[in-house]
Amino acid sequence: MLRRTLLATPALLAAPTVLSRPALSQGFTPQNPECIAPAAPGGGFDLTCRLTARMLQETNIVPVPIRTQNMPGGIGAVAINHINAQRPRDPNVIVAFSTGSWLNMAQGRFGRFAENDVRWIGSIGADYGVIAVRADSPFRTLSDLMEAFRQNIHAVAIGGSGAVGSQDWTKIALLVRAAGQDPRRMRYVPFEGGGQAMANLLGGHVQVFPGDASEVGGQLDAGQIRLLAVLSAQRLPGRFASIPTAREQGVEVEWPIVRGFYGPPQMPDAAYNYWVDVLRRLHAHPAWPEQRDAQGLFEFNMVGEEFAALARRRVAEYRQLAREVGLIQVAQ
Amino acid sequence: MIETLSALGGGFAVALQPQNLLLAFIGSVLGTAVGVLPGLGPLNAIALLLPFCLALRLPPESALIMLAAVYYGAGYGGRITAILLNMPGEPAAVLTTLDGYPLAKAGRGGAALMLTGIGSFLGATLSVIALTFLSVPLAQVAVAFSPADYVALIAFALSLLGAIGGPSAPKAWAAGCLGIALSLVGIDSGTGVERFTLGSFELLGGIDFTVLAIGLFAIGEILLLIETRVRAAVEAMHGGQRLTLREVLFCLPTMLRATGIGFTVGVLPGAGASVAAALSYTAEKRLNERNGSFGRGDLRGVAAPETADNAAQIGSLVPMLSLGIPGSGTTAVLLGALLMFNITPGPLLFEQRPEVAWGLIASMYIGNLMLLLLNLPLVGIFARLLMVPPWVLYPGVLALSFAGVYAVSNSAFDLLLAIGFGVMGWIFRKLQVPLVPIVLGFVLGRLLEDNLRRALSLSDGDPAALFASPVSVVLWFLTAAAILWPFLALRRAGPPR
Repeated sequence: MLRRTLLATPALLAAPTVLSRPALSQGFTPQNPECIAPAAPGGGFDLTCRLTARMLQETNIVPVPIRTQNMPGGIGAVAINHINAQRPRDPNVIVAFSTGSWLNMAQGRFGRFAENDVRWIGSIGADYGVIAVRADSPFRTLSDLMEAFRQNIHAVAIGGSGAVGSQDWTKIALLVRAAGQDPRRMRYVPFEGGGQAMANLLGGHVQVFPGDASEVGGQLDAGQIRLLAVLSAQRLPGRFASIPTAREQGVEVEWPIVRGFYGPPQMPDAAYNYWVDVLRRLHAHPAWPEQRDAQGLFEFNMVGEEFAALARRRVAEYRQLAREVGLIQVAQ
Repeated sequence: MIETLSALGGGFAVALQPQNLLLAFIGSVLGTAVGVLPGLGPLNAIALLLPFCLALRLPPESALIMLAAVYYGAGYGGRITAILLNMPGEPAAVLTTLDGYPLAKAGRGGAALMLTGIGSFLGATLSVIALTFLSVPLAQVAVAFSPADYVALIAFALSLLGAIGGPSAPKAWAAGCLGIALSLVGIDSGTGVERFTLGSFELLGGIDFTVLAIGLFAIGEILLLIETRVRAAVEAMHGGQRLTLREVLFCLPTMLRATGIGFTVGVLPGAGASVAAALSYTAEKRLNERNGSFGRGDLRGVAAPETADNAAQIGSLVPMLSLGIPGSGTTAVLLGALLMFNITPGPLLFEQRPEVAWGLIASMYIGNLMLLLLNLPLVGIFARLLMVPPWVLYPGVLALSFAGVYAVSNSAFDLLLAIGFGVMGWIFRKLQVPLVPIVLGFVLGRLLEDNLRRALSLSDGDPAALFASPVSVVLWFLTAAAILWPFLALRRAGPPR
């Protein structure tokens, strides 16, 4: 199900469908633009808004400052309800989202609003899922773990951040399903945040932590943990270069944690094309890679209709998984 | 030891640079202010300051010195409104209202502020010393603490609820259960099922602590004042009511014990400052059953929670610095700040970037001294807050409270929820139902449920796992003792006089 290559290459950005549009976007100039972070200050959404806004202004890609507004509540439901109910046509508002938002849409947590109730603008980058075990773990490769799943799914204690249905849970659920087992039977222990899950991995209370690449670097460098796989299409750079992907080990599971922006459902085309163009110019800017690294993100550049198609496809896949494991009723 | 001292010396060379001294001072002032304002916590303040640090291109150690000062500075600010107005400015200060407000009503608000300032300094500084020399072995203890051990720790804290609630233990237990019930609202962490959300997406994320605390304490208190039309009978500080050296020495053992409890609980990445404050308050109350006036204005009753609060905050930096593991939301943001400076937080931080790790530790010695010197002279000014006429003071407090609630989520729904809790708080005050157990039940209930389910899930449903480790056995024994104590004490004291 997750077999498609999702990493956009620079060549895709130059696709003719994308290039034929800019004329439309010339008719729009943002006025008092606003970036909604659907969470309290300090989280990933907040950083996506604040750091991107600062970068866009410093590079003069957007000539006016973009105000960041925090709109926490209902794990992002408040923000999507807000733009749908109160400003469905507003050309000056963009909303930060992540792969977590796609999961919430798939599980019906945003009320009646889902992937077709926003206009997907594009991504700024992605973090990637990793499968971490303690350095002295008997699991030396992903195959060892998959074999353990096949033998007795219930014997492996997995600790991740967030409840059943969360990102960490979904990563491991996809692996378990790839091993031919039922994700409902796995022993998943939810913790509050990746830090607690990591503490319980180091303390030996859980055996596997399906975390994110950006949150395990310190322990990896110190040799306290081993990564069985990165859940990306290609190997990641830097300290992760020696870690094989799941796919290399014959397991077709990927988990990019995409971060980016969407606009209101009836955002005018001129404004939509303007914001798409803004992200495209940001991706191409020489100072961007350093800024992106500071947010703990790897390259993942995709904008416009191509990106909207990815978003819809992903939400549909997650909805399918959620139905299979009984997270949502089939009637929904 | 020698190596540690020389590394610490290197840290002081960083922390004593004029720019870093200035930043530590700015952070301390901001932290105190953030602690005073209800709703606005250190987490929000640090998250808002971080982009400025990046924009100003501060070196990472300088930025961290300032941001950490905001964090531990907030531990000094929370007590002020708790003592003077019965309105805690931060979660851990809820316990401080128990004896702080009676003290203020008796004209000893200034003395209580002075004493808690000293206690905060003592708790923080002793904890920084422990952090300096013991952080690596302590971090090992922190990860060894399993979900089953947390269950025992939290059960112990809950068993002490009856001690907090004032004259009527059944009312305190009922209030604690109500708090636990409120903590169940939201998405269930085990299964992802929505509980008690009444179909409202505003309740999906659960009830925020700030909304509950501001509603129960600030709004409830103001409703009561409107009704009784009595000006709070609080006198400004007079000469004879100053804090004496004897009183400080009298409270010294309390503060030392509170430092030990606070720091230990703080080191554990799943407990937090509220648990530390609750444990140390109740420990003092139990230890001084005979000669205490806890709940009616005992100086030790403000010294214990405030000292433990600051000690716990420093303790939570142990897993952060030596393992790269955040123990709380605020330390998670501090770690995120390091990432943004392209520093990987983790066990190698002390080797790879000693100027950051040791500079931060050295700056905490300086920052806490600054906070003490900043706070003591201000006590007189703070105490005069009560000279402000009620028709100015209370509308102002109400406006700040609403601003604090709104800042949590930018949602009008939370304002209504806070007003609802305010009415509840007002009715409960009239019924003599204590409010502190509600808030503690709320905090501890969530922790207990999460950890109990984790422990049982790890043991495949076998409850014996809850008693498997020596730590948990000791804690369960203490829990049993805490529950049985009132009966034993009654028997020992003979028939009631």
